[in-house]
Amino acid sequence: MIGTIIASIGNSALQYAAPYLYAAIGETIGQRSGLLNLGVEGIMLMGGYIAFFIVTATESLLLALAGAVVMGMVFGLITAFLNVTLKAEQGISGIGIYIFGLGLSTFLFGITIGDVRTIDGFPDLVIPGISSIPILGDILTQNALVYAAFLLAPLAWYFLNKTPFGLKIQAVGQRPRAADSLGVNVNRVRYITATIGGILASIAGASLSIGVLNVFQQNLTSGMGFIAVALVYFGGWQVYQVVLGCLLFSAIDGLKSWLQVAGVGIPSEFTLMLPYVVILIVLATMARKRVYSPDALTEPFDRGEG
Amino acid sequence: MINKKSSFSLVVVLVISLSFFLTVGVSAQSDKFRIALVMPSTVNDMAWSQSMYDSLLAIQEEMGEEDLEIAYSENKYVISEANTAIRDYANRGFDLVIAHGSQYGAELVNIAPDFPGTSFAWGSTARTFSDQGIDNIFAYEPHAGQGGYVNGVIAARLSESDIMGFIGPIESGDAKKYMLGFKQGVKAKSPDAKVKVTWTGSYSDVAAAAKTAKSHIQAGADVLTGTSQMVTGAVGEAKKKDVMWFGYDVDQSPLAPNTVVSSVVVDFSGPVRQMIDLIKEGTLGEKIFPATLENGGIRMALNEKALGDEYEEVKSLAEDTVERIVDGEIEISLED
Repeated sequence: MIGTIIASIGNSALQYAAPYLYAAIGETIGQRSGLLNLGVEGIMLMGGYIAFFIVTATESLLLALAGAVVMGMVFGLITAFLNVTLKAEQGISGIGIYIFGLGLSTFLFGITIGDVRTIDGFPDLVIPGISSIPILGDILTQNALVYAAFLLAPLAWYFLNKTPFGLKIQAVGQRPRAADSLGVNVNRVRYITATIGGILASIAGASLSIGVLNVFQQNLTSGMGFIAVALVYFGGWQVYQVVLGCLLFSAIDGLKSWLQVAGVGIPSEFTLMLPYVVILIVLATMARKRVYSPDALTEPFDRGEG
Repeated sequence: MINKKSSFSLVVVLVISLSFFLTVGVSAQSDKFRIALVMPSTVNDMAWSQSMYDSLLAIQEEMGEEDLEIAYSENKYVISEANTAIRDYANRGFDLVIAHGSQYGAELVNIAPDFPGTSFAWGSTARTFSDQGIDNIFAYEPHAGQGGYVNGVIAARLSESDIMGFIGPIESGDAKKYMLGFKQGVKAKSPDAKVKVTWTGSYSDVAAAAKTAKSHIQAGADVLTGTSQMVTGAVGEAKKKDVMWFGYDVDQSPLAPNTVVSSVVVDFSGPVRQMIDLIKEGTLGEKIFPATLENGGIRMALNEKALGDEYEEVKSLAEDTVERIVDGEIEISLED
């Protein structure tokens, strides 16, 4: 019984961490360059919609993923145009992107698909030698998009901390004027990070609609994008801590379902608030520690020319 | 040459003619019955909102578009937004404004007295507020427990593990009634079977429904059921893991034709037809319309494709159970 519970919670934790990982890692890269994007939820919805639509039209999962990448690029560039070129208030523009994505995905879904239906999404991978191991095999039986999400974490860490461009991103987010004086094109860096963030948010939505849930309907994400933004703060803008945050949140969410299924007698109202209570406790604990945050977060860059 | 008297006569004739044509225009417009629907989700949610929208479309097909106009507002889960929409439709002269959600009741109490010539309807509820002197609110209420019971009997017949999972939004209203009926149906057929009840706390969180479905399946359930628009996530999970799904509100078999075994279809067309007739006769409210197996407000939709060889036997079992409920031989308790 204990083995079944561990396998169940572990499997659920990894699977549902995937959309958070894509979205939160993309948001971390953006915020490290000084860009806050509260529109992640809207971009997730657009990515989820386009991927689902392409699967219903072509049955090609890879084409659907490519569609989500293009959709993410478009929304990333819109975000960059608003926040970098037009120097919009980032909190407000993000909410605008969210509402736009929510409305547009609902509208497009209504006119192109119309009815709610399920599709065959990315299948679970059977890894020889691992899938047959008790408990561990159950936990690790996941689809390719889940594996890719976890592979993304070390890549993002390496990209941010070990590559020249990653260091430029950090410089731009920390001291944009100093970076500019050293020849770094601040706005170009932010355009690129906004686009990367848009692509990853869009893939996060696709991972839900054609990987985890295999369904699309209005407001499919139900706040997951906002939780992803919160997880960036939770993780102190460090990739590996953000990953841990995604896993912790997802695991407690899985535990929440299990407590009810197991019938442990705890009122459902309490189990439902469990993940948020844990997040609050961790955040309160972390508040005592020194947390790195990008100094120029939400501040538009102006060279002061002319 | 037209004298003064003639020109006055001409004006009178013109005015009378114009007023005649205007009257015809107005009466033609007033002959057309106008219904507005305000709902918490969308017309294609495969659940609560769609059940009412489909019912209105069925009536419109009978009456014709020239005699029945339907307008609707979706996604009014924020009650203040629903309030604005309900008032707007009443202001625009709709004959019947349906506030399709039990959460809208508190708003209707304030709105209905401001529009004494407009009829309002809301559900799921058995309250018309006539005790507060309000005479223009109808109420409708599906007896969800009846459908739940039939689904429970079928589920118990088909389950091999005798473990079943229910996934509901919030422990109240139709969801609770359906769950209680389902449990009683299961127990009547298989006294030792277990129905594990879970609540996600949301009507729309598809991922939460999917996660909960996954937990049920991992705990051994081979039958899942649930209510509200979030269940599409659970149906997706049931399809992936090849376990049976029992639906509520609309025929959910198009969602997953090999997975959805049986659905309880809530058909509001009967109650709404009666409301239209009453409104035309001048009665604008104070009447409760239950939707039951007896009056056709609830019916079962079995999926032959998912049932395969067992279709005929299950159909007979379902029909027998429905008959016994209609005859009063089976009574569904609203207590756990």
